[in-house]
Amino acid sequence: MSRIVRSPHPFEHFTIDLLNATDEDLREVAETLGLGLNLDELRYIRDHYLIQERKTTDVELQTFDQTLSEHCSHKTFGGVIHTPEGTVDGLLNTYLRGLIDELEPDWCYSVFEDNAGIVDLTDEVGIAIKVETHNHPSAIEPFGGAATGLGGVIRDVLGVWANPIACTDVLCFGPLDYDYSKLPAGVKHPSYIFSGVVDGIGSYGNSIGIPTVNGATVFHEDYTGNVVVYAGCVGVLRKDQYIRNVKPGDNVLLVGGRTGRDGIHGVTFASAELTEESEEVSRPAVQIANPIEEEKIKRAIKEVSERRLGSGITDIGGGGLSCGVCETANSYGLGVEAHIDRVPLKATDMAPWEIWISESQERMLLAVPPDNLEEVLQIFEDEQVETTVLGQYNSTGEATLYHHGIKIAQLELEALFNPPKIERSTSWKPPTLEEPEIPEPDDLGAVLLKLLAAYNITSKEKVVRRYDQEVKGQTVVKPLQGWKAGPNNGAVLKPLDDSWKGVAISSGINPRYGQIDPYWMAAAAIDEAVRNNVAVGGRRISLLDNFTWGNPEYEDRLGGLVYACRACYDVGKAYGTPFVSGKDSLYNESPLGPVTPTLLITALGIVPDIRKAVTMDLKEAGNFVYLIGETKPELGGSEYYHLHRQLGASVPKLDADRSMAAYRRLTEAMDAGYVRACHDLSEGGLGVSAAEMAFTGDLGMDLELSCVPTSEEMRDDFILFSESCGRLLVEVKPENKDAFETVMTGSTVAKVGEVKEEATLTVRKGGAILVELPLEELIGAWKTPLEVPR
Amino acid sequence: MKREDIKVLLMRAPGTNCDLETVRAFRDLGVQADLVHVQKVFRDKNLLDYDILVLPGGFSYGDYVRSGAIQAKEMEYRIGKEMVEFVDTGRPVIGICNGFQVLVETGFLPGFEGRSQYPEAALANSSHGYQNRWIRMKNVGKGNCTMLAHVPEDHVISCPIAHGEGRFILPSDRREKLLQRLYDNDQIVWRYVKADGSFADGEWWDNPNGAFHDIAGICNPEGNVLGLMPHPERAYYGYLMPEWTKAGAPETYGDGRVFFDSIVKYVESKF
Repeated sequence: MSRIVRSPHPFEHFTIDLLNATDEDLREVAETLGLGLNLDELRYIRDHYLIQERKTTDVELQTFDQTLSEHCSHKTFGGVIHTPEGTVDGLLNTYLRGLIDELEPDWCYSVFEDNAGIVDLTDEVGIAIKVETHNHPSAIEPFGGAATGLGGVIRDVLGVWANPIACTDVLCFGPLDYDYSKLPAGVKHPSYIFSGVVDGIGSYGNSIGIPTVNGATVFHEDYTGNVVVYAGCVGVLRKDQYIRNVKPGDNVLLVGGRTGRDGIHGVTFASAELTEESEEVSRPAVQIANPIEEEKIKRAIKEVSERRLGSGITDIGGGGLSCGVCETANSYGLGVEAHIDRVPLKATDMAPWEIWISESQERMLLAVPPDNLEEVLQIFEDEQVETTVLGQYNSTGEATLYHHGIKIAQLELEALFNPPKIERSTSWKPPTLEEPEIPEPDDLGAVLLKLLAAYNITSKEKVVRRYDQEVKGQTVVKPLQGWKAGPNNGAVLKPLDDSWKGVAISSGINPRYGQIDPYWMAAAAIDEAVRNNVAVGGRRISLLDNFTWGNPEYEDRLGGLVYACRACYDVGKAYGTPFVSGKDSLYNESPLGPVTPTLLITALGIVPDIRKAVTMDLKEAGNFVYLIGETKPELGGSEYYHLHRQLGASVPKLDADRSMAAYRRLTEAMDAGYVRACHDLSEGGLGVSAAEMAFTGDLGMDLELSCVPTSEEMRDDFILFSESCGRLLVEVKPENKDAFETVMTGSTVAKVGEVKEEATLTVRKGGAILVELPLEELIGAWKTPLEVPR
Repeated sequence: MKREDIKVLLMRAPGTNCDLETVRAFRDLGVQADLVHVQKVFRDKNLLDYDILVLPGGFSYGDYVRSGAIQAKEMEYRIGKEMVEFVDTGRPVIGICNGFQVLVETGFLPGFEGRSQYPEAALANSSHGYQNRWIRMKNVGKGNCTMLAHVPEDHVISCPIAHGEGRFILPSDRREKLLQRLYDNDQIVWRYVKADGSFADGEWWDNPNGAFHDIAGICNPEGNVLGLMPHPERAYYGYLMPEWTKAGAPETYGDGRVFFDSIVKYVESKF
């Protein structure tokens, strides 16, 4: 006899009898209802209903399914993990949130507890920030997946009452020249995904009128089957606008777009591996974007927020209403009564469970006290946004749902949000890798030109220009510098009309290092993000983590993840940079295997006076060029090795204490006005960085390799292309030479060159000229390879 | 009239998004700038309470159908009469980017014979898709567009463009004739130029969208309705200019200020 029985109600609704259900029965129920719950979770639910002494319903089981999914509950980051070095009770609490308790920053306003992290800009004003992934949907439907990814993260920022002012995007694709004949069934070609994702982000961000100010475009074989789309959003709010005070009797107000069948089981899909059938099975999981709807919502919420009329807010994203409604009730220690049939629909024949879990876009949930309801409804009406009062919060501790007056679910929130922690074990062994033997090249200039044209270094102008970078007129340091459009280290925004205070946004990502060592990959990503931030004038930096990893149920993948988290803790502590928000995307596996372990670090810094912000272009002939930091023979995972199709083993190992000390001194030098230009050294090392500074500023540079501080005797090509962490090039006026050197005392720093009028980059060692190239040729190489397919 | 008495109406529709920087520019010049939703303007029908009407950039109603088309039809239907009256009084109307598209769709621009029933020009899909980058445009007007009287002749402004549709074109069978008419009426105001100040001559990059005759902005024959694709409001302050860190002096104003300053000065002296 089937355990699933249709209810007598005049709409689709089922009761499910889980009493004495065997594992086999449970699996069958899960499969019939399309649930992603594992056996342990199903047993937990069965036992819960045994105590409740009643049958469950489809709506209830679907709610458990959504809430317990990896996407919503982050059970891997919350679970107990047995590692060779001991047991970790929660990666998030131990390493990421744990850092906050350790550092005790008094400028973190709200971290890891809401839709977005909030830090102080001034005493009264806070900056909210969140970065999300939208990988799985983008693999299936690149345009829609990427667009809704951006839409979702903007709602996260709205979901802390903040007004969004900027977006970020970091995109990771397979090689654009990937051999079509090697593509497995179900995997779309990187160039198709690339154009769809770039257009999707552009279409959403441009239409809603939020500038995209920072990002990266990265290429790696492993992203062929697992495209990675990171979208971030920064918002601003007065801190007293951050109201979270929901009381029994407050209204549950749904605002925004209508609910449809787009985005059913999105979180279940996001918490599973991609397969050949994903296209067909999971297409409905990808939502459809309507940026103008969100633009209207944004205006209305800004108004409600400024007038402080709501008592709580959250976005409707993964898990749909089921998560939004239940999570808010649970987080305020309340219960809730909601009427599903009031939800405005795109398709009128939807079953209640579908309405309840649909992830249709552009919807937000507000809690509104009865006295303010009329005013709030008027605000949304003025912006032409549809609103629905779904029900009220109460003090029952339960979510009770009705459809046309008939009770269809009664969920005990305590049980819903406190499932048993998962327990897993790890193993991770360093891969056996060797240092390649690469013959020393005769012509370093030719190598430099090749590196500038490498996909991971080449100009991303053709992507960046698709996005509005300066709408709102607050982008002070833009992603591309000046008329030559060189790559700035980070963006600087001026969010307040009446203050010169700014925020700096930057990022760090090193996919190739992850194949050598996830710990040092994570350390390098944090360093890169922080260094980029410091380079434009940022300080008091907070970080966001976004892990993209393979299936954590495999011990090696999880082992690597644990090491990466440890690096976050270690480096975060040494740098004094707390994590304020984050998001993990696991299960990035495709027929081509797991994704390369990827950690995106986003850094948010404060710039006390944007008039002192620093860009990377050379400013004036005759100025001196200094190199901060030590160069080591660390080319494992470098672009230089990659030119030779080698990975190598000598991954850059960050010396966190020395690096941070140097950054602090550099900041001091910037404040004193000694720094005319500053650029970080990353992919392609010193050679690429020097070339970028020169051609962006349209000024030549003389570089003397024998002056570069190295840890040991090194080959010229290694000095020029090593990717050691912690290094920056700085331009200083001759008259500030002594003052600059005094400020930098204690750190590794050396004058390595000069700015010249003549438009060439010249690299010498002793008397010998190693590289002599016109700027035009350098910028030509840098701008050539990446064509946006049209 | 006194500067502080000048009232600017910035009308926004769902999807309008360059309102913030435009309001900021006008307020910096000491005039009153009200940002009002189109629906409210439709209800209140109080256009004539204002001295300057501005349609800021953005993607009104998602630019579905055609850029600016929905907002244009809605305005025509709801406040068409008031719009005509406003224009007839000689008060300045400025459409930037999407606002320019709305003015073409409503028939106010080019407006050879007064307001036309159907669009007489188009701001079509650009030759290279959506782009946001800086361009240079030259003031080529000979005095008909009176609100720009305080922008020197041949003055070049650097400012950004940010659009996917903005390629100014005229009906191909009458293109040359109509161009002559634009010249005869002194309606061509802004043209894209190269770094040395010479006309872009249709060459991509300096002419960012393939616009006919490098046209970036035009006015009506009477000179009081002006539309342009580039965004002077995003070049209003020094710290928004592309190479301000090299030039120094972020406190000063940017290239775009002269544009707004001229409009305000004109209203100040004329009305």
